[in-house]
Amino acid sequence: MRRPLGRGLHGLGLLLTLVFALFPFYWMVSSSFKAQADLLASPPVWLFRPTLDHYAAIWADQKVTTAVVNSLVVASLTTLLAVVLGTPAAYALARFEFRGKADLWFWFISNRMISPIVLALPVYLLARQAGLLDTYLVLVLIYLTFTLPIVVWICTDQFRAIPPDLEQAARLDGARQFDVFWRIYLPLGAPGIAVSAIFSFIFSWNELLYALVLTRRDVQTAPVVATSFMSGYELPWGKIMATGTLIVLPVTIFALLVSRHMIRGLTMGATK
Amino acid sequence: MRPGARSLAHGRWTPLWFLAPAVLTLLIVGIYPTIFALVTSFRRYNITRPRDGFPFVGFENYRAVLSDQTFWDTLSRTAGFFLTVIPIQLALGLVIALLLHRPGWGFLRALARVSLVVPLATTYAVVGLLGRLVFNRDFGVANWFIGWFGFQPVDWLGSPSLAFAAIATMDVWQWTPFCALIFLSGLSMVPMEIEEAARLETRSPLALLRHIQLPYLLPGLTAILILRSADVLKLFDMVFTMTRGGPGAATELISVYIQRVGFRIFDLGTASAQAILLLVLTIILSRLYIRFLYREISA
Repeated sequence: MRRPLGRGLHGLGLLLTLVFALFPFYWMVSSSFKAQADLLASPPVWLFRPTLDHYAAIWADQKVTTAVVNSLVVASLTTLLAVVLGTPAAYALARFEFRGKADLWFWFISNRMISPIVLALPVYLLARQAGLLDTYLVLVLIYLTFTLPIVVWICTDQFRAIPPDLEQAARLDGARQFDVFWRIYLPLGAPGIAVSAIFSFIFSWNELLYALVLTRRDVQTAPVVATSFMSGYELPWGKIMATGTLIVLPVTIFALLVSRHMIRGLTMGATK
Repeated sequence: MRPGARSLAHGRWTPLWFLAPAVLTLLIVGIYPTIFALVTSFRRYNITRPRDGFPFVGFENYRAVLSDQTFWDTLSRTAGFFLTVIPIQLALGLVIALLLHRPGWGFLRALARVSLVVPLATTYAVVGLLGRLVFNRDFGVANWFIGWFGFQPVDWLGSPSLAFAAIATMDVWQWTPFCALIFLSGLSMVPMEIEEAARLETRSPLALLRHIQLPYLLPGLTAILILRSADVLKLFDMVFTMTRGGPGAATELISVYIQRVGFRIFDLGTASAQAILLLVLTIILSRLYIRFLYREISA
């Protein structure tokens, strides 16, 4: 039925989209396997003998592995806290009517827009006074400013979709409000909670500005360490790209898991 | 109120117990520092000179910021960046969304759709590092690419306008998929019968786009414009790792500039005043966002 020309162009367009989306990623990963001479070759080489040297160098230099562990700890802790604190709030927003509900909702939403530099300045000063610079605690807390809202948004949406009849039936049986939340909303809302947890992990894992400003040595996260390689005259490109690959790979896998919800996570549910 | 919800009676304080943990946390980690920044913005606060103390100076910081040509240059550069990337992202995003929406090429189409997630998930700081490699003067793949079209290699990150183009390119790579996916979800809202009927009426995809699909794309367009403008005001990681705002100040967008004033010049009073002004801009944007996109919830 369709003209073959149109079909061909369609296929070509899709192919170009694929190349557009994946090329930089491919370039990073392939560069991480190139020997130094291949990395600095001009014109760039496409076929080369892969080497694991850069990964070995990263493994030997404990900075990167420590940083990856730091990132893992910070992102997991803040995600856990966000879920624990955020899901009850989401339940209240999904099921109760109360005064000021709309305003509260808007307040949560506006956190999506605020530039981290606005909070980085005062939090740096406060943490300096309190002796909290370069600790997990300060990063975990400041990351809650974006992880908590995302959990609240996504879970509110999810909890709204749970039939109210279930809650009514349980209440008639004499269940307390908290039991209703614990035994009905948490288990039935699990898919939404998982999606929101993955988003909050991705956003924390990817964060640079707060980590750059609030850490010095002990709890530097992976993006900070990757950035720190960018000084000096001869840049260790292989090491930089290998570190980049190690940072990006886990979140890419996570993101692929929630790819259907990507837009919901990035727009805070305004479009589905 | 829906009839189902009405019967879920609850005690007056019940919502409070569920809300309190999240609200208290956000007050402590979000609002308290903001108030602290507001207070700091009325002080002379340079931590490299602690002996001067941190005296209150009224609106002096704001006066200084508002009469500072660099601040305005930075803001207009940020606006220029937005106006550079957004038309490209919208156009490319729409084309990609239409390609993904059109039936046929099942597997390739699914693959292309999933691949769009990759740029969106890539750590912004790593995008910047990658940008430095791709746009390297001596061995970057960007120079190889333009060589195909007969151009001589150029020093991308060494020249002000080219560096600006380079960060814009990386932003286009990362955020075009965002536009494409939003448009795609708009396109999939068009009722199947209407689209099928229209396809029988006209063979022109442009007519279809204009008369049938466009109304479904508009809410997504509003979301993109507002969220992307907030994102450009926030943009720090990628620019910082790629150019540090240079060469000169050619790529110094607003968040990068405030970071420099605060953490490399250590003039935290002035930086706080700038941050508060940025916050005001952001609040206006988020009010707009709420007004246009969450109408049904506030009603």
